[in-house]
Amino acid sequence: MATLFQGLGIVTPSFSSSNSFDSNNFLIPSRRSLSERRDGIFVVRSDARVSQTLKTGARKHELLVPNAVATKGGSSVASTSKPGHELLLFEALREGLEEEMERDPCVCVMGEDVGHYGGSYKVTKGLATKFGDLRVLDTPIAENAFTGMGIGAAMTGLRPVVEGMNMGFLLLAFNQISNNCGMLHYTSGGQFKIPIVIRGPGGVGRQLGAEHSQRLESYFQSIPGIQMVACSTPYNAKGLMKAAIRSENPVILFEHVLLYNLKERIPDEEYVLSLEEAEMVRPGEHVTILTYSRMRYHVMQAAKTLVNKGYDPEVIDIRSLKPFDLYTIGNSVKKTHRVLIVEECMRTGGIGASLTAAITENFHDYLDAPIVCLSSQDVPTPYAGTLEEWTVVQPAQIVTAVEQLCQ
Amino acid sequence: MALSRIASSSSPSNLLKPVSLVLSLRRRSVCTSTTTEQPLTIETSVPFTAHNCDAPPRAVDTSAEELASFFRDMALMRRMEIAADSLYKAKLIRGFCHLYDGQEAVAVGMEAAVTRRDCVITAYRDHCTFLARGGTLKEVFAELMGRVDGCSKGKGGSMHFYRKEGGFFGGHGIVGAQVPLGCGLAFAQKYCKDENVTFALYGDGAANQGQLFEALNISALWDLPAILVCENNHYGMGTAEWRAAKNPAYYKRGDYAPGLKVDGMDVLAVKQACKFAKEFALKNGPIILEMDTYRYHGHSMSDPGSTYRTRDEISGVRQERDPIERVRKLLLNHEIATEKELKDIEKEVRKEVDEAIAKAKESQMPKSSDLFTNVYVKGFGVEAFGADRKEVRATLP
Repeated sequence: MATLFQGLGIVTPSFSSSNSFDSNNFLIPSRRSLSERRDGIFVVRSDARVSQTLKTGARKHELLVPNAVATKGGSSVASTSKPGHELLLFEALREGLEEEMERDPCVCVMGEDVGHYGGSYKVTKGLATKFGDLRVLDTPIAENAFTGMGIGAAMTGLRPVVEGMNMGFLLLAFNQISNNCGMLHYTSGGQFKIPIVIRGPGGVGRQLGAEHSQRLESYFQSIPGIQMVACSTPYNAKGLMKAAIRSENPVILFEHVLLYNLKERIPDEEYVLSLEEAEMVRPGEHVTILTYSRMRYHVMQAAKTLVNKGYDPEVIDIRSLKPFDLYTIGNSVKKTHRVLIVEECMRTGGIGASLTAAITENFHDYLDAPIVCLSSQDVPTPYAGTLEEWTVVQPAQIVTAVEQLCQ
Repeated sequence: MALSRIASSSSPSNLLKPVSLVLSLRRRSVCTSTTTEQPLTIETSVPFTAHNCDAPPRAVDTSAEELASFFRDMALMRRMEIAADSLYKAKLIRGFCHLYDGQEAVAVGMEAAVTRRDCVITAYRDHCTFLARGGTLKEVFAELMGRVDGCSKGKGGSMHFYRKEGGFFGGHGIVGAQVPLGCGLAFAQKYCKDENVTFALYGDGAANQGQLFEALNISALWDLPAILVCENNHYGMGTAEWRAAKNPAYYKRGDYAPGLKVDGMDVLAVKQACKFAKEFALKNGPIILEMDTYRYHGHSMSDPGSTYRTRDEISGVRQERDPIERVRKLLLNHEIATEKELKDIEKEVRKEVDEAIAKAKESQMPKSSDLFTNVYVKGFGVEAFGADRKEVRATLP
């Protein structure tokens, strides 16, 4: 608890004149002009990590408790008496975005059709009416330019959220993301920070075709200076969105086209997740399954079958694609000694490939078997439904892989 | 904006030491007896050509003091670039080095028309623009030689000079990529209701980049106070402008955006145009300024600069249009300074540059731990943790 508030205490000077931390005052949005606003990074970390991983069968709400920050009514951090509210993933993203935009006037959104249209996946619906055209900006179809503009604005202290209508379109902005976004903090000797968030849906959808089914995490992962996170549930979508906006580093938030309509009950209290932490989905003993984004659901489906067959898989949603949360992963490997990576990225040069290398390098002594990595095939995603199904990893393949691994 | 401010132009940086002076804008007076504040009105060499807007008047208001400061600043920049040339040949500067001599009037004239709250962003030919925005000679040479005292701590190099307090946003290596960044700066200024403008400089080579037109389109739609300045030195590396652009009238290529063609070798014309553009952009949105200028060196130090143009052309421009010579003639004709005084200034400037180089040579190389600093604001990578995050496994050297 103490470390939690300690982290918060650093930020308060930039918000109100009183220096004492008061949970009731904490969320008064600051309307100061940019020149008076001081920087404050604020990431809520769980300091009760050990207890988090040992809990078996714990629902997500209870795991969230150490991270939740009480705001209105000064409700206690340690208990979740409120049941929370149910919403879909895109609504969770919107909630996170809206809360951050209320909290900080420097946050703005730019992208194609985010304003009047409400966002092609409804993530920004209603925000333009609420915050105005200068904070929710419709751009023309010019990814290179508006990503560059977002980065330029971030150099001065604004916190833009750039939306790519589909992650694949951000390939057009690759130069801006790689050279300017990732590297400016370094090449300027630390003079400029780029607190930008670049987000958008990617991944294989329902027969969207090759160009609209791209997984860009593998292309961006080598860029020094950026952080990458992938959300998979409404709970972590909102938390990661808020964390990404508050982060001083450029963050790329990967969403998935097929996950937008997931429904979940999330807490009413405000919470911000840590950008570098992985999520323990299902603790287990026999094998560690590492996954992220949509593949989490394929893994959980396979897990049901595996449990029936007598296996006890530990499922971790890595969430943070850059940097990897080697702490959580390492502890899991030390326990189970077998690793299966299930990802939607391409086999060649994907996140799984890097993760395999990282685990082998750091935890080689703990492995009883070679790491198995299930990824999508190295082909452009075909249109035909059956072919598309074979491109990505299916639950049956996961079950087979676990069975082979655990022999 | 979130940038910390210093008052416009006349306040000295506290990095100054008496010996190595920073660019003194409007402070050094050359004349001994006549009034230094004497206002002058001088006509530009050629009238402005306008596209979709009214051209500003040819008569420029200036003063003896200002002209003298122009002379000194440009002489300093010229000397600095020549010194960089020698350092490069001595292999103290490596990699790419793009020199600005011949184009000094653009940097100096622009600086005279704006305040430090306005933003300037340019491409890789940035040494002089950095100096104009308040950088020191020592920072320039230290950065070029890769030392810690450089403006980017030695980690940027010739193409990555930045100065946050001076409102100078770089220093960018990829051609044209700085223009969307510049429009983003203008967006931030509009967002914060700053009443300042952004000058996004690019070259005639970059003028054919798509992202420029994309950014211009967005800036015009959103009425951003962005001024796009094309420093047209007529050669995109080795390709002449008529071979690269179907329409080399860059000031017209904004189409809906107004444009102004300016003689970029005439510092007063540049000043007038930038002043005009600033007022214009704050009211009407983006405007393009085309500065007709010339570079004496090749594209970079690895380009001799004579394979695609004749030596006669280079010396012809040097004789007829050299920016420093023009100001020298003005100073002599208006009897603001004598020949000897101007020569003394040049000698002084030379000494200043030599001293700055000597100081920069004394500066340290970055430590190996600096390899990992400033990658992230939070500092990932400086320390590597083991699986138990409470134990620091290795502090990277």
